[in-house]
Amino acid sequence: MAIPIAYNIRNLVVRRTTTIMTALGIALTVAVLAAALAVGAGLAKAFRATGHPNHLLLLRKGSTSELISSVPIPVFKERIKLRNGVAKSAKGEPMASPETILVVSLPSVEAPEGMNLTLRALGQVGLEMREDCRIIDGRWFQPGRREIVVGSAVAKRYPDAQIGKKITFGRGQWDVVGVFDSEQMARNSEIWGDFDQISGDFNRLETASSVLVRADDEVALEALKNELNTDVQLQVEIMTEKAYYAAQTDSADPLKFLGIFVAVIMAIGSCFAAMNTMYAAVARRSKEIGTLRILGFSKGSILLSFFVESILIAALGGLLGLLLVLPLNGVTTGVGSNLTFAEIGFELKITPPIAAAGMAFALFMGALGGLLPAGSAARKEILTALRDV
Amino acid sequence: MKFLSLIVKNALRNKRRSLLTITSLAMSLCLLGVLIAMYHAIYLTEAPANQARRMVTRHKVSIIFGMPVYYREKIAQVPGVQAVVATQWFQGEYKNERQDRRLFFPRFAADVDRLFDVFTSYSMPAEQKQEFIRDRLGCVVSDTLANRLNFKLGDKITIKGDIFPFEIDLTVRGIFASEENLEALYFNNKVIEEWLKSRGSNRSFAGTFTVLADSPDNVPRISKAIDELFANSETATRTESEQAFALSFLAFIGNVKLILLSICAAVTFTIVLVAANTMAMSIRERTREIGVMKTLGFTREMILGMVLGESALISLLGGAIGLLIAAGLCAGVRAAMGSMIFQLQNLGMEPSVLALLLGISIFVGVCSAVIPAWNAARMPILSALKFTD
Repeated sequence: MAIPIAYNIRNLVVRRTTTIMTALGIALTVAVLAAALAVGAGLAKAFRATGHPNHLLLLRKGSTSELISSVPIPVFKERIKLRNGVAKSAKGEPMASPETILVVSLPSVEAPEGMNLTLRALGQVGLEMREDCRIIDGRWFQPGRREIVVGSAVAKRYPDAQIGKKITFGRGQWDVVGVFDSEQMARNSEIWGDFDQISGDFNRLETASSVLVRADDEVALEALKNELNTDVQLQVEIMTEKAYYAAQTDSADPLKFLGIFVAVIMAIGSCFAAMNTMYAAVARRSKEIGTLRILGFSKGSILLSFFVESILIAALGGLLGLLLVLPLNGVTTGVGSNLTFAEIGFELKITPPIAAAGMAFALFMGALGGLLPAGSAARKEILTALRDV
Repeated sequence: MKFLSLIVKNALRNKRRSLLTITSLAMSLCLLGVLIAMYHAIYLTEAPANQARRMVTRHKVSIIFGMPVYYREKIAQVPGVQAVVATQWFQGEYKNERQDRRLFFPRFAADVDRLFDVFTSYSMPAEQKQEFIRDRLGCVVSDTLANRLNFKLGDKITIKGDIFPFEIDLTVRGIFASEENLEALYFNNKVIEEWLKSRGSNRSFAGTFTVLADSPDNVPRISKAIDELFANSETATRTESEQAFALSFLAFIGNVKLILLSICAAVTFTIVLVAANTMAMSIRERTREIGVMKTLGFTREMILGMVLGESALISLLGGAIGLLIAAGLCAGVRAAMGSMIFQLQNLGMEPSVLALLLGISIFVGVCSAVIPAWNAARMPILSALKFTD
């Protein structure tokens, strides 16, 4: 017969200082692990969600990033824009957008000396192709004007990127006229302006960094991809927009590596601490164990009972740890993208799988820490146990 | 001192508990050791004498933009400047490094005839230097890199360019030793210039200029002078010490300083918890014994000192073992992350880090025992003797 779990809970309450201290140790370990995973999950969410399923991104052959790619505008006009399978906009224009990527430096909340941000020069077609982006404040930039709009993550973290303010790059100042937001979160970390205006400032009217193309549907997408790939004069690297963004997810790897490294070592320490607590619990309750045995509880149920008690402490620790880390959920932060050399803002996410992983980690620590003490409790001889002081 | 044997005996009384506590503390302190060593390596290591004289000039907005190469001659005329070399980050791909990140290493194109005038700490046999300057497609690699990837004199290294989309076949003409322990490959920047010319471009740009000052004290003054020189031209510059330049890349990983410090705080807190918990358990078991000691004439101060001493002894032991493990872990982290984060190549247990950590472990020991020790010392003899657990 199993010893009622209430027995364990009461014991934990009686020894509350020790219980809470041991649980807190486990809690901090879980918190560090969960925070590291939250960085990874937040960034993955930002990147995985970005990209239209029917979009292709064309870069120069051999480049992996828009930043170091270039596609000549004549090539775009002659060999890309008018292909079959390219979707048409409401106005009947082909949905193919040459875009230029540049970098500007702005002081952020965390880095007053300036952080790099992606500046994207694009035309009206480019805006139309991104229906997911809505203006949440102000308006879009007008073609032919020195105006820019900023993504919501930029507006949130950069004091200079506010409507009504001016940002200096290229040959002069640019008015911030709007803030846009998209579910496709990687876009929110960019600054957008008119293709001709910006390219003119940087003497780049003859080339674009990349071309974004929308296919009619998924079948057309494959066909278009094959056709562009076989065009030897084109010399482009073709990938889906989704794949391009997904490849940037590992930007958070150094942070994740550090977090997991720390959590694992802390976990070993916490395991030993839990073991200590449980050994003390066993030692103090020698007489009780003897009594329980006399009452007819088997060795197995004693083992189980102490094991469960250790798991309970760990569960409390896991819960506390998740509570500790919960305020981080939704906090916006930024890391440098490994591809664009500019900052990507994202929200830390404590997802249910992360919470589950943290809890499992805690229970694992409890199980490891509880096994040996529970075994020693079960092995106690009844008579010696009763005689123990 | 006459109590020392008593303290040792007490610490050995419950061997299993002391062992578990020491192990637990050792794990946490080893982690703290690695983290503090990281912080030290990144933020507190002084540049070697030669590096302290170097500064880096780059485009004010971002490293991705180039500067006109004629800036080199202008910079050379700034008072206090001894030598200037134009360097260009080439990036590219070596073998299948996109699949296997360990194959990555920094590759620069530079003015070969000026390279060693600026990097005075690079030492290489004179005939290798001559060969390097003679062979247009020659390159030199640092000994650290040569050891890691097993490069020998005369080896061919093929790099597939991406920023500059062409392939170059380099021959290792020299292997240089450097006091900075860095990984780097340098080749002749004429190769890039000729490639640009072959495509009809007369652009002559440098990504960065590395400048050697006559003394470290003049670095701030010269940096300012260089930036003022170009402040009103189309391409403004930003000049900083080579060390600060290297640190600016770290900002891309995230707010490393804050992350390291907050993890350190969490770990220290956990250590105090574990130690306090053990001491509390151990004193509680001994309440009656302390009563007996008091009747024998031990004063409050003696009891207080005895308990604090025991705790400090245990923590110090844990700390010492932890630091041994930390030294090993440092070597591991250096090997795993040294090529990703350049500053970590200096990671090691410096005497100042060691002293700080031993200090922390004694502090933790004393801190964690203050409350139980105070309670034990204060407890009236009668209630101590009556105490049953």
